[in-house]
Amino acid sequence: MKHGRARFIAGVLLPALVLHAVFVLSPYAQAFYLALTDWTGVSGQAHFVGAGNFVRLASDSLFLDALRNNAVMLLVVPLVTIALGLFLATMLNLGSRRGLRGITGANTYKIVYFFPQLLSMAIIAVLWEFVYNPNTGLLNGGLRAVGLGRLARSWLAEPHLALWAVMAVLIWSSVGFYLVLFSAAIEAIPADLYEAALIDGAGPWAAFRAITLPLLRDTVQVAFVYLGIAALDGFAVVQIMTVGPGGPDGSTEVIGLGLYRNAFTYGRFGYASAMGVTLFFLTLTLAVLALRGGRRERLELS
Amino acid sequence: MKRLPVHLVMLAWGVVTAFPLLWAVTSSFKTDREILTSPWSLPTDPQPGNWARAWSQAEIGRYFLNSVVVVGAALALVMLLGALVAYTLARYPFPGNRLVYYTFVSAMFFPVFLALVPLFFVVKKLDLLGTYPGLILVYTAYALPFTIFFLHAFFRTLPSAVAEAAFLDGCSHSGVFFRVMLPMARSGLVSVGIFNFLGLWNQYLLPLVLNPDPDRYVLAQGLAALSVSQGYRSDWSGLFAGLTIAMVPVLVAYVAFQRHIRAGLTAGAVK
Repeated sequence: MKHGRARFIAGVLLPALVLHAVFVLSPYAQAFYLALTDWTGVSGQAHFVGAGNFVRLASDSLFLDALRNNAVMLLVVPLVTIALGLFLATMLNLGSRRGLRGITGANTYKIVYFFPQLLSMAIIAVLWEFVYNPNTGLLNGGLRAVGLGRLARSWLAEPHLALWAVMAVLIWSSVGFYLVLFSAAIEAIPADLYEAALIDGAGPWAAFRAITLPLLRDTVQVAFVYLGIAALDGFAVVQIMTVGPGGPDGSTEVIGLGLYRNAFTYGRFGYASAMGVTLFFLTLTLAVLALRGGRRERLELS
Repeated sequence: MKRLPVHLVMLAWGVVTAFPLLWAVTSSFKTDREILTSPWSLPTDPQPGNWARAWSQAEIGRYFLNSVVVVGAALALVMLLGALVAYTLARYPFPGNRLVYYTFVSAMFFPVFLALVPLFFVVKKLDLLGTYPGLILVYTAYALPFTIFFLHAFFRTLPSAVAEAAFLDGCSHSGVFFRVMLPMARSGLVSVGIFNFLGLWNQYLLPLVLNPDPDRYVLAQGLAALSVSQGYRSDWSGLFAGLTIAMVPVLVAYVAFQRHIRAGLTAGAVK
């Protein structure tokens, strides 16, 4: 039935394309141009400054703090999250006596572990602001209750602790999701592989290294990309939870926060766009590196 | 491996995950005095009044309804547009088909931060800052690429025999889509619908920039604003109640549909 075919296609695609062009494509394209201007929001008053914004970024100490903090987050958050997720998923699926079946109550554990994934990062940040509160918070209250009161700290006010407090929240909020993801991948591995390994006398660690890890390679790689992108963000948690925000003394500053502040507090829209472009190229580099690094020989299950 | 240590490890992470959430819920029933003096105790005399105060005076109720309106409308719009576009691109070969597909899908690889500044001015120029339609259109536009990506793959796996039979019976193009293909795609629609609902319900950055009118704050935005606004600092119990109101409905819905939801959310990462 050819009748009305072209009209149907056009009628479907046009509204969606218009929406996409106006709210998605045009802002992305404009950002690359604005990054080369000194625009402060007055229409018609954008002067082309070439790479000027990027030169200024290279000596903006707060932006360099942000780069350093995002780099630390990029190293720590994916590694710890994936390690914890893999460990717990393995326990959940293969932790029974003979090392072949899931432990009892595995589904209940999964329900609970997944909770943080359902909450907005903004809500998680408000929650953890209370947890870290030096006087009335859950953490210090707990330490005092078990007689470790001298370990109590102002977690978000000490420069060398604040970033770790932020990263702990990011890890806490994502372990459950990756655990469930890895767990589904482990369930798809045929049990006879583990059985054979067991007969050959392999311990749980050997089985994990020889079977689970190679077969989960693709999933872990995807997890690295997603977690890396999340570690380059961190905006909601930092903006809501930390002092300043971004403090104390730039110790929790992140790129997104600098962009938001420069644009919507100082009105330096060109400069903020240059930060956005930097973030874009960092994200792109990360994705390319992660996907390339994993493109070695692949194990296929037949 | 012994069972007991395994269960102890699993329980330990369960406690780490659930305890802060439970603590917030119990704190929402305490008095301010109890919260300040004994963070670990249970409420001696539960205060349901905290919830009522948070809902009406602190306007959590208003934020909640704003979220329902904005997310409800955006979800309906993105599912309709996304399914239509994905179906058309998956089932109708025409010159430029791939180009249109990549035009949509490539947007998934750009960080939203990059678009933030120009997007603010686009929405401002259209006079849509701080309005429901503005937020609904932006939410829809940013959820569309993934929806198309996911459903495109899904529509390709569906058999074409039923659709061909319907065409022979004289069914129109839109008739085939709505009456034949959409019902067949139900499981894919549910997965991506859950994914979109949670993604949009939990949005923070977009409303923060595009929705400056406190009367129209969405839930996450409103709660964050309450927690920083100094005037509210004295009402800890109300703030805990607001936090609980923001968390509990999502968690209850999750426990009811947990398998679907976990499958829907993780499917996005595996694709």
